[in-house]
Amino acid sequence: MKSLTAAGPAALLLAAGLLSYPVVFSDPYYLDIGVTFLLAAISASAWNVVGGYAGQVSVGHSMFFGIGAYAPLLFYTLFKWPPMVGIPVGIAVSVALAVVIGVPTFRLTGHYFSMATIAVAELIRIFFGTWNLVGAAIGLQGPATARGWWDLTFRSELPYYYIFLAVLALLLYFTFAVERRRFGYYLRAIKAGERASRSLGVPVQQTKIKALIFSAAFTSVAGSLYSIKTGFIDPESGFGILVSVQMVIIAALGGAGTLFGPLVGALILIPLQTATNTWFGGGGSGLTYILYGGIIVVIARFEPGGVFELWDRIVPRRWRRKYAA
Amino acid sequence: MLLLQVIVGGLLLGAIYALFSSGLTLIWGMMNFINFAHGEFVMLGMYVALLVVVWLGGGPAVFGFAAAFALFVLGVAVYLSLIRHVLRGPMIAQILSTFGLALLLRYTAFWIFSANFVSLPQTSLSGTVNISGILMPVPQLVAGLVAIMLTVGLHLLLTKTTVGSKLLAVSEDRNAAMLMGIRPDRMQALAWGLSAGAAGIAGALMATAYPWSPSVGETFGLTAFVVVALGGFGSVPGALYAGLIVGLIQAISAFWLGPIYKDIVVYALFVALLWLRPQGLMGKA
Repeated sequence: MKSLTAAGPAALLLAAGLLSYPVVFSDPYYLDIGVTFLLAAISASAWNVVGGYAGQVSVGHSMFFGIGAYAPLLFYTLFKWPPMVGIPVGIAVSVALAVVIGVPTFRLTGHYFSMATIAVAELIRIFFGTWNLVGAAIGLQGPATARGWWDLTFRSELPYYYIFLAVLALLLYFTFAVERRRFGYYLRAIKAGERASRSLGVPVQQTKIKALIFSAAFTSVAGSLYSIKTGFIDPESGFGILVSVQMVIIAALGGAGTLFGPLVGALILIPLQTATNTWFGGGGSGLTYILYGGIIVVIARFEPGGVFELWDRIVPRRWRRKYAA
Repeated sequence: MLLLQVIVGGLLLGAIYALFSSGLTLIWGMMNFINFAHGEFVMLGMYVALLVVVWLGGGPAVFGFAAAFALFVLGVAVYLSLIRHVLRGPMIAQILSTFGLALLLRYTAFWIFSANFVSLPQTSLSGTVNISGILMPVPQLVAGLVAIMLTVGLHLLLTKTTVGSKLLAVSEDRNAAMLMGIRPDRMQALAWGLSAGAAGIAGALMATAYPWSPSVGETFGLTAFVVVALGGFGSVPGALYAGLIVGLIQAISAFWLGPIYKDIVVYALFVALLWLRPQGLMGKA
């Protein structure tokens, strides 16, 4: 509980800020930014478990996001069931996929895992683009108007905000709980040195697969929340490589492998992204992605630990000691 | 006869895959590093060819050299300014660096050239030849044959020349090479130049025969991964065989199943390969 004393006040402040945000910024424009931020923070935090803590950089997490996004709308389209029925189904399929991908690729080095994840995500994206059951290239749509609260189709963004916030809190709580268990130490040991940790008795393969399962499940939930909220999904917005990229960049920006890193990353990137979209015109111009690429290169070159480490170096030592564990 | 034509077309495209994949495998073999921006290097080679043709009116030999040279310079610059530094950093920095570079190059190309498909204006390479009943467009034929020659040339450069020996020495043991008076940094910069140059000229060759847009880089990058995984990491001859095989599989699956399925088949092959032979078909266990 020692490091809680440092993280505690900051976390409380953050929680208070997030809870009161919609009250302070009730304008739909700002509320939309808040919802986008929460969704980005959820997916990046989910990625962070396997990509950050365990250091296995997946660049194909959109496969789990997309499966999670398609499942609710598929159940609605086929049987007119409430979309949220699809959430557990999406989780189940994503977990199965995680095992299928993880077992062969985790035997190899980190680069190979990254390569394999991109290939699988692309494979699924192209496949969904040709599969008529899931609407091929056009995609699927959700209920236009709510038939009842169980459709989770709201006019206002406010209910989504608090639903997303609750999911984020749950995910961060689980990550926090895992972080200080044996499992969390295993993850960091694997990241620091796979061979060394194996020789010390860490069940490397098993731990990596468990981390991927945990990560895949929550990424799938993020996808489900996205498609239920927007009421629309197509192969590009579900499985596109940029979906994966966003998770990686947000986690890396804030600090991959730290509990609040992805949150901080989303806090920086989402307003920045909204601003570039507003100034330079919508997503079509691609300037946002030039910015993404530039940020990634600069982080990798100068600050691979994310802004948290930068903070550690810039803030004077004397001032920091107060908060040191 | 149609099937035979499909097979020859696939092999010729596969030869170009082999050329740019040999660049990827060179870097992988030498420094155990994957360049996620390799497909973007191919894409840039295509646009360099286009610009040279449109602005300077150069022939295939001119824009081929121009693309190779421009990308060689870019490769060396990327190594010196970015890769050299992240090689010392953690794994995540290594993966992110070229991945970010890929996004930067791809979307800058989108911004400058727009997302529309373009093709080279008619060059001196045109028409079709009839080889005992198989109709082959001349640009495709020349591009494929030149690509094979260049891939073999790269292999000979690595195995038969002093520079090649130095490159291999650095990849085998950096410190020992340094003790022998070889500068590893300079050799690795050269390897990046050669790798990007191979991608650039492959792009220029492909531009003579196929239309393209800025997004082709992503597909080519993935294709190069598949070729390298199939041929074994670090092996140029492996890349040559695997490139031809991938080209062939794509052409046949496009012919039998439909063009949309050609990439699905190749990526599925890649995933299957991961399960069955993670070290590559010709790689050592």
